[in-house]
Amino acid sequence: MSNFSYEIGSDNIAIIKWDVPNKKFNVLTLEGISEIENILEKIFENNNLKGVIISSNKDDFSAGMDLKVLAHLQDQSKNKEEIFQFVMRAHQFLRKIELGGIDPKTKKGGIPFVWACNGLSAGIATEIGLACHYRIATDEKNTKIGLPEILVGLFPGAGGATRVSRMLGLMSSAPILMEGRMFSAQKAKAIGLIDKVSNPLDLINEAKNWILNVKKEDIIKPWDKKGFKIPGGAPYHPNGFMTFVGASAMIGAKTKNVYPAAKYLLSAIYEGALTNFDNALKIEARWFTKILTEKSTKNMIRTLFINKTALEKGIKRPSVDSNEINFNKIGVVGAGMMGAGIAYAAALNGMKVTLIDREIEFANKGMNNIDQLLSSGLKRGKITEEKKKEVLGRITPSHSYEDLNNVNLVIEAVFENIEVKDKVLNQIQNNVSQETIIASNTSTLPISELAKSVAKEENFIGIHFFSPVHKMNLVEIIKGKNTNEKSIASAFDFVRKIKKTPIIVNDARGFYANRCIIPYINEGLLMIKEGILPQMIENAALQLGMPLGPLQLIDEVSIELAINIAEQTKKAMGTNKLMEEIEIVLSTMDKAKRLGKKTNAGFYNYDEKGKRNGFWEELKNNFEILKFQPDINVVKDRLALIQCLEATRALESEVLLDIREGDVGAILGWGCIPWAGGPFSWMDLKGASWVNKKCEEFSIKYGDRFSSGSLIKKLAKENLTFYEYC
Amino acid sequence: MEEAFIYDSVRSPRGKGKSDGSLHELTSVYLSSEILKAIRDRNHLDTSILDDVIWGNVTQIGEQGGCLSRSAVLRADYDQSTPGLSINRFCASGLESVNLAANQVKGGAGIAYVAGGVEMMSRIPMGSDGAAIAVDPTLAMNTYFVPQGISADIISTKYGFSRDDVDSFAVESQKRASNAWSENRFSKSVIPIVDINGITVLEKDEHIRPETSMQSLGALNPSFKEMGQTIPGFDNIALQKYPELETIHHIHHAGNSSGIVDGSAAVLIGNKEFGQITNLKPRAKILATSKVGTDPTIMLTGPIPATEKVLKNAKMKISDVDIFEINEAFASVVLRFMQAFNVGHEKVNINGGAIAMGHPLGATGTMILGTALDELERSNKNVALISLCVASGMGSSTIIERV
Repeated sequence: MSNFSYEIGSDNIAIIKWDVPNKKFNVLTLEGISEIENILEKIFENNNLKGVIISSNKDDFSAGMDLKVLAHLQDQSKNKEEIFQFVMRAHQFLRKIELGGIDPKTKKGGIPFVWACNGLSAGIATEIGLACHYRIATDEKNTKIGLPEILVGLFPGAGGATRVSRMLGLMSSAPILMEGRMFSAQKAKAIGLIDKVSNPLDLINEAKNWILNVKKEDIIKPWDKKGFKIPGGAPYHPNGFMTFVGASAMIGAKTKNVYPAAKYLLSAIYEGALTNFDNALKIEARWFTKILTEKSTKNMIRTLFINKTALEKGIKRPSVDSNEINFNKIGVVGAGMMGAGIAYAAALNGMKVTLIDREIEFANKGMNNIDQLLSSGLKRGKITEEKKKEVLGRITPSHSYEDLNNVNLVIEAVFENIEVKDKVLNQIQNNVSQETIIASNTSTLPISELAKSVAKEENFIGIHFFSPVHKMNLVEIIKGKNTNEKSIASAFDFVRKIKKTPIIVNDARGFYANRCIIPYINEGLLMIKEGILPQMIENAALQLGMPLGPLQLIDEVSIELAINIAEQTKKAMGTNKLMEEIEIVLSTMDKAKRLGKKTNAGFYNYDEKGKRNGFWEELKNNFEILKFQPDINVVKDRLALIQCLEATRALESEVLLDIREGDVGAILGWGCIPWAGGPFSWMDLKGASWVNKKCEEFSIKYGDRFSSGSLIKKLAKENLTFYEYC
Repeated sequence: MEEAFIYDSVRSPRGKGKSDGSLHELTSVYLSSEILKAIRDRNHLDTSILDDVIWGNVTQIGEQGGCLSRSAVLRADYDQSTPGLSINRFCASGLESVNLAANQVKGGAGIAYVAGGVEMMSRIPMGSDGAAIAVDPTLAMNTYFVPQGISADIISTKYGFSRDDVDSFAVESQKRASNAWSENRFSKSVIPIVDINGITVLEKDEHIRPETSMQSLGALNPSFKEMGQTIPGFDNIALQKYPELETIHHIHHAGNSSGIVDGSAAVLIGNKEFGQITNLKPRAKILATSKVGTDPTIMLTGPIPATEKVLKNAKMKISDVDIFEINEAFASVVLRFMQAFNVGHEKVNINGGAIAMGHPLGATGTMILGTALDELERSNKNVALISLCVASGMGSSTIIERV
């Protein structure tokens, strides 16, 4: 099988075409690299060639490196040297392209390489382009060019870091390298990533045209000419100095110093900038080898790419019905924020939706919210006016349950009250066909309990979305006691259809995600009660890599909701000393009318625009501040362990069925320690015996909630990781 | 063990560190050589007796590069047998040169040294020699690097100094410095700097603003707020290192930070035998020295552990010290020192400091040592402690005692 082929026309121009068999997208594999190397060798033997064009036979150029190859490399390499040599091999063939076969001594000869990019190009695919002498991309809708490696915890390590920073300077390369943004052809041209935008039909001709008119100096890169200076200044140039000093600070702030990728990237650029191009590539390869072999990187790739993709592809989908179930039309009952969000997601992905609320104006209000979401997408150029109309046209607002007669899935998203839901579910089942799957988007009520409201419990299931639906990509599918496999498969196919990531869990209080978030919030409240400075709590959470500190999180969801949850928990599990302490803090906030962000006053003060503006000054008068504050690491470990232990309990009690779902769900659901690959991966990084020891220490100091269960004890005793054992 | 004595101290007046500063037209080597000549001539030294000239200098690049010390020795027409050593411990370089000379004397490596330093900040801008710690990500990110001004603001935030506290400290520094000048308290050390024809270029410190008041300082905007809070946002880094702080209060500005100036200074250090040979009378003894490393982020608290260490080395208590010279890099540095040791301002920087007179980086340590010695003699006291905070988290201290 061949990934690359090439032919030489009568004009003596070679066209290399990338076309990986049986794949929608081209991805680069080890075989692919060997093939390019062979092709280059043959090409350079041909003395008649005028130039080379690199393009693709598919709709897109390429999605980049097959991350599985990298994961394989991480797992199977004997040592770091082997990885380094592999990276250098990539550098070598790219450098060969860049030097175009020029004789290194006489500087004679040399042929131009043109990158003719149709459609998407990501990662190493773009780095192939960067090695070429001229870059043309098509002005197609699917043309997106970029180097998104940073988003999976890597950085562009096949020359991307070195070439882009030398082409554009550190400052201008930041959005490309450090943010991993993808650019349209026009934008890519504007920022200097490519040279020309072309109509797809003219792409090859444009490339040939350039080759036929090429001048010798066009095929020598600036850094291969004498007197090259990095745009914006090298690190010890007065301008460059300030840029590099600032870059460390900005990356440190953005990554909270826990994601190593951007840090290593910056080092590769800094050290590379202080030497010549070939040494810079070697330096880049050394840092890339280091990032590739970091355990946290491996974990991030494992969770955010391999396992997330596997879950989306259906490794956990019951095989009962192997054909994907089609949802031409679904029903959503309850047009509030969640309901509207679900309807929006379904319609956006081609489904017709009946959006029902008890009054037509409520349903229309939901429609307005969807309209707003689409308008903001329109403003940001994400969708067209036409698409907006199309999506809105798919949704029919209604107040009549009879309009549910021809849907094969209904999701209720009405008020979280069991009596209200009972009534609604009853009406739904009276108006749908026997086979229709009925789902609840409840976040707190037991699915098996709600199932009693419908006749066919086997067709009833939980499909739990996170707020705001249009941003949050996790969906928990909750199996009730009597839910059948067909329903699970249906729910799964629906979630996949709306391009979200499903995890399948059993029915228990809080399911998986909320079950773990609540202890995190509570730990923050307990710390306030203990007299730990609020900034310590919040800074520790951020330094752990959480997107929000527990206090900010409470402010976001409101104190009332926190009180509500506490009361329900009390009802279900009885009270204890901890619950009382938590309630003291909550009721202090409640009495002071500091109900959270929506009232512009919570643990934080807010300005009139709703921006956080320091902590509530009276907090320290209500809860005496400890004279000796704990070490930041203790606060961090408490906040991490309280989540991880709850995730482990969910696993032990078989609510969570697979640690892969546990890690993917934790990161997508509440941003739990993403740099480590999620809670289970974090514990694996720390080691079970460390975790177990910390648990012993913390359970003596802070209480039973920190005691480790039998699973962690077993892992600690046998020196195993979760990923080895589970 | 030998003892090390200070036989003399000389300094230049400090010129404004700008192109309109009076010393700006002079080269670094010329200013250094004028000081070297002065300390030679007023002591009638045969320079072949010297074991070394140790010269503190921070920005060792261009005309200050290439072992400036040896160049200055040759420019001053010292005997060619006198070598020269340029050293850099940032702001304490001028004290470190003294300490190094004293400790070599004490250890028996020679009998006499000239130690001092120079910085022509108007000619060779601070930072123009680069610094890996600021710019190499493996350092800057792992050590939570922030610029010094941010560090000074961390100190004031962490230890509770207000804008009024730092401003009134600055006003006092100005008052004391201009008072000291009007009473000629620096006359023993300060020499006029002349040109190649002997025409006077500068006689007096020209950075002092005696008219400084709380009102005039109140009008100044904080210097480090922008870089702290917006671009690139160093406060984020400061708070990662000091998570117990909610925000950094930016209160330092040009008026309560040390001034950028040109200047040079030297002291003559020797053992007892040197005094006998040359018939010179020692003025003070160097009792103990110290240097320490501290947290590089807050960076400027080094004088505290350096002082603890130097007291320990001298087997003394803080109360044994009569007067202190603590370099006024930023007001909060000295305020924190006084707070940490519970020392009153009446004993510290009696004749003002770098906020008023300026801080010629490589020379300041030698200058304030000389100032302390002159003040001990003027006020008939015995023991002085000199200390400076140092970039990237260090500190140096010296204790001297009159003989």
